[in-house]
Amino acid sequence: MTFIKKTLTSSIALAAATLMATGAQAEMSDGEIRIGYLADMSGTYRDLAGPGGLEALRMAVEDVGGSINGAPIEVFSADDRNSADVGANTVREWFDTRNVDLVAGLVASSVTIAATRVIEENNGLGIVSGSAASSITNEHCTPNHIHWVYDTYPLANGTAKAIVDQGGDTWFMLTADYAFGHALEGDVTRVVEENGGEVVGGVRHPFPTDDFSSYILQAQGSGAKIIGLANAGADTVNAINTASQFGVVQSGQQLAGLLVFLNDVYAMGLETTQGLLLTTGWYWNMDEEAREWAERYYERVGRMPTMVQAGIYSSTKHYLDTVAELGTDDPVAVRAALGEKPINDFFSRNGRVREDGRMVHDMFLAEVKSPEASEHEWDLYEILATIPAEEAYRPLSESQCQLVQN
Amino acid sequence: MTMIFGVPLAVFMGQLLLGLINGAFYALLSLGLAVIFGLLKIVNFAHGAMYMLGAFATLLGMRYLGINYWAALLLAPLVVGLFGMLLERTMLRRIAHLDHLYGLLLTFGLALIFEGTLVNFFGVSGARYPTPEALQGGFQTGFMFLPTYRAWVLVAAIVVCFFTWYMIERTRLGAYLRAGTENPALMQAFGVNVPLLITLTYGFGVALAAFAGVLAAPLYPVSPTMGSNLLIVVFAVVVIGGMGSILGAVLTGLGMGLIEGLTKVYYPEAANTVIFLVMILVLLTRPAGLFGKEA
Amino acid sequence: MSATQTLTPSMKRQRRADMRRNVFYLVLIGIGLVAPFVAYPVFLMKVLCFALFACAFNLLLGYAGLLSFGHAAFLAIGGYVTGYLLSSHPALTPELGILAGTLAAVALGAVFGALSIRRQGIYFAMVTLALAQLVFFVFVQSPFTGGEDGLHGVPRGDLFGVISLRSNLAMYYFVFAIFLFGFAIIQRAVHSPYGQVLKAIRENEPRAVSLGYNVDAYKWVAFVLSAGLAGLAGSTKTVVFQLASLTDAHWHMSGEVILMTLLGGVGTLFGPVVGAGIVVSLQHLLAQSPLGNWVGPILGVIFVICVLSFRSGIVGEILKSYRKNFK
Repeated sequence: MTFIKKTLTSSIALAAATLMATGAQAEMSDGEIRIGYLADMSGTYRDLAGPGGLEALRMAVEDVGGSINGAPIEVFSADDRNSADVGANTVREWFDTRNVDLVAGLVASSVTIAATRVIEENNGLGIVSGSAASSITNEHCTPNHIHWVYDTYPLANGTAKAIVDQGGDTWFMLTADYAFGHALEGDVTRVVEENGGEVVGGVRHPFPTDDFSSYILQAQGSGAKIIGLANAGADTVNAINTASQFGVVQSGQQLAGLLVFLNDVYAMGLETTQGLLLTTGWYWNMDEEAREWAERYYERVGRMPTMVQAGIYSSTKHYLDTVAELGTDDPVAVRAALGEKPINDFFSRNGRVREDGRMVHDMFLAEVKSPEASEHEWDLYEILATIPAEEAYRPLSESQCQLVQN
Repeated sequence: MTMIFGVPLAVFMGQLLLGLINGAFYALLSLGLAVIFGLLKIVNFAHGAMYMLGAFATLLGMRYLGINYWAALLLAPLVVGLFGMLLERTMLRRIAHLDHLYGLLLTFGLALIFEGTLVNFFGVSGARYPTPEALQGGFQTGFMFLPTYRAWVLVAAIVVCFFTWYMIERTRLGAYLRAGTENPALMQAFGVNVPLLITLTYGFGVALAAFAGVLAAPLYPVSPTMGSNLLIVVFAVVVIGGMGSILGAVLTGLGMGLIEGLTKVYYPEAANTVIFLVMILVLLTRPAGLFGKEA
Repeated sequence: MSATQTLTPSMKRQRRADMRRNVFYLVLIGIGLVAPFVAYPVFLMKVLCFALFACAFNLLLGYAGLLSFGHAAFLAIGGYVTGYLLSSHPALTPELGILAGTLAAVALGAVFGALSIRRQGIYFAMVTLALAQLVFFVFVQSPFTGGEDGLHGVPRGDLFGVISLRSNLAMYYFVFAIFLFGFAIIQRAVHSPYGQVLKAIRENEPRAVSLGYNVDAYKWVAFVLSAGLAGLAGSTKTVVFQLASLTDAHWHMSGEVILMTLLGGVGTLFGPVVGAGIVVSLQHLLAQSPLGNWVGPILGVIFVICVLSFRSGIVGEILKSYRKNFK
């Protein structure tokens, strides 16, 4: 299989190279490279990706000079308002009327699943940077999209395993009552049990919920050492805030935020979040390369980038570099070429794109700093450990993706 | 340990108390709605937005004007109340002679405007408002750790509800109000300035919502959409209690808080829905609500 | 003496009005037929689906005087049932899927109607809202709806097993036909004796009762008809967009359809169509412009202006000035 694919890709690359010699511009569809950025620009996930992500994408475009082989790169964007309807329709329209070459951004999982269906139908290319659901490259995988930054599998794998190893072996799960929450809860339960821990109870709360007091009280009553938060965004923030009001940490229990982003920690403040363990795909202050890019971003946006925003830059840059190498923006050729080369840059370490579309790369276990240890406004995490790329993500042997031959 | 339907007694009591605290919010909000409905016959769809504006006034007052929580408790309802009076004077009055459904539609539009505009300036993630120093921490009640601030919310809400009830049922102004509800034309003939009474009533109802907003600011993230989902729950509370019934609104608010609290223990997925189920059951058996008068 | 001369002037006027109306309808159908060559067909289909939804809602509000705040439930159930059946039974043709979705909405409407129809005014609005919230909960919990993720990749399939709907143009004409069918039902219902009784009930219910009409039965039929057509709109929408999601079931959708109807003109046949067209276009145009974040407030302002000074809506105002100036 791999052999056939390799031969196929190299023959495509060869064909592309031959064509490049005869006139590159002809190979860019309509003589333009069109990138559509679809994200939540006004709702819950605005700070996670939103306008900042669009700016990161523009940075990538500027860094390749705004055009490739004379073909200008056009960027347009739309707000999906976290609605699968709006998202799918926007993408469909981009294909029907604007001939979009790459759909980038893609945040809320439900929007992503709907949008990638449309991308597949039109045989285009999508790179998902914001979504959490691991199902996007599992049962919902398509040959036409890549999932770049993270998913729920390493979140459970990283955070839950580290906590059980530290002795946090009894868990109470607070789960958002929808597919994403259930999936995360399942992943966490598996990891906890595999490592000798036990999930002693849990509650599934409606999505979204403002008032977590009742659930926190149940968690306190359960006697579990760890309260696992299998939810996201505002729900996680609310749960953590409520837990701090009810003195959860003082009474000897610990919170495990499974999907916590830089912007969440920033919004809640270190006083509330200190000591929280989390898994992240990237952190702006993790090394020199990351810092350098983050500071460029900071100058333009005025906030430090989240891993999603960094991932949007990284994926777009890789896409554009690949287009430049191949001399074509043909989605099939670009997708194949992306699967052939290692993905390494300021964002991704030991990365590669698997046949199910998952971009696996090193993930990091981090701890939120205490207010005393933090040196400035954005000095929020300490990186504790690296989770190697090949261990972090769901192994292909467990995959339900129809592109993977098991 | 004593168990109640598989739940330890201590947890059960704790849940009841938390339910009551949430019920206090429902009571305050539905009280305002009921007062407005009583006199204006308008279902105030902007009530959730007013609650949200109360919380925002508190947050922004602290951020830009250095107004502390205790001052905000007074000032935010005042400012939002005045704003409500302005809305009543300029808009609601113009459609007062029409079918009351138009009032519902107008206030629905107003809610869209307020929420949408604030979303553009503040996003929806929500900002945190610190718990005032005097109310930080908490105490052991024997069955749970109760944060002081939540205890304060319960006390403050009940005091305000009682004050409102007293004012309406036991004072001269309240008597005008009740008479105005029954027969505005006659009141006008007796020389009472009914239009002014209406303006004041709307302002007061809205101020109650804003007061609830101030109470909520340290508890929940202050975001432009904080009122929108709460609102339809509060509608249900008012309908269950009987539209326009003051006592009904308060008691039903607290009662629904309890029912919701218990649902969170036994069937948490349905916590947001149980009130609507109660509402349908009540309306099928008592069309005018639990405390409403049959038309 | 020719036959025309025996007609009274009022009959003549009636005949002329009928003819004018028929020409008007033909022109509109003509515009509908060429529209996909001018505008983006998927956008037009969205307009048609929402126009049908708003027309169905208007049947209840405009002709029976009942303001439902829970119509999203019917739109959603149609969409979910159709989406589920078409996804899980690949052999099923789209028209059967749509039929099943519509029937589900009719069934739900029959239950809702029976529970709510005796309440009036605000109580009716609140009962329908509460029922729709219960349905929303069921949609969130049931496995067949895909919960928060929704249903995706619903196949458009082959109409009657013959005509592929994968092409947007073919799909458009199918949707247009459905819309005309739904519109015709409403038009017939409104102009039939049944519609006259409905209007009489709206104007003066006690009088209708004293005339011996079974008022509740009339209202119930209107409710079920309206629910079914809303379901038809939802089913069609699912086939067009190949997905069904919770957005359709949320109470905001119930509010949106009120806005469409109000904006176009309550109780006019074409009002909801115009209203839906404007609202959908606004959302569409604004979403991809720098004003994208302002859709909510702009709709709110329109809402307020409509209620304050424009209560008969666009079509209503046009009809008013037409009657004043030309009759």
